[in-house]
Amino acid sequence: MSEQKKTNIILFSGDYDRAMAAYIIANGAAAYDHKVTIFHTFWGLNALRKDEKLRPSKTFMEKMFGKMMPKGAENLPLSKMQYAGMGPKMIKNVMKKHNAMPLDDLISMAQEQEITLLACTMTMDLLGLKEEELLDDIEYGGVAAYIAEGEDGAINLFI
Amino acid sequence: MNITKTLDAKGLACPMPIVRTKKAIDEVNSGEVLEVVATDAGAKSDLAAWTKSSGHKLLETKEEDGVYTFYVEKG
Repeated sequence: MSEQKKTNIILFSGDYDRAMAAYIIANGAAAYDHKVTIFHTFWGLNALRKDEKLRPSKTFMEKMFGKMMPKGAENLPLSKMQYAGMGPKMIKNVMKKHNAMPLDDLISMAQEQEITLLACTMTMDLLGLKEEELLDDIEYGGVAAYIAEGEDGAINLFI
Repeated sequence: MNITKTLDAKGLACPMPIVRTKKAIDEVNSGEVLEVVATDAGAKSDLAAWTKSSGHKLLETKEEDGVYTFYVEKG
């Protein structure tokens, strides 16, 4: 076969539905034998947070940010119809009925398909997120890491 | 038609039929036929597009009571 194509997705959003779309596209592209990278920046980093009580050493502001932001994929809010948490419960119910994979499973599937999950270190610093709070086996980088993959990407998306 | 392997993807939603098909085709040899059974309506165009772009051949597609059966020959 010809040279392996690349799909690159920047996940900026921390919304459950948007992250789902990103991970469905990523998993689909991996099935097309693309080399896939998802760059998590700003609110998209929250999709990578572990849903555990961790106590890394942080400044007061960093602690506040950590408390205010959702902890992990299954705690992300919806972009529409959030209704104080009712919306995500409802949509997850409907998803179960239609056999759609929840976001945390889509992320595990992505790792299984060897999709590179990359966390932007500059925004991690801004939001006070530490490496031990994010999923294991992910990579860390900055804009150059994205450009290196993106400049010859067949598909480049900003979500 | 000689079917080497059958994949049951019934009840699975996007993107799983294509993800599983990709895994299954990796397990057969070139020229062998993979049978894929799915119920996701999107699988019809998904499988056709995927086989075309990944160098395999979609030999036949059947549809019966909302169940789609695809025969994919590995390229």
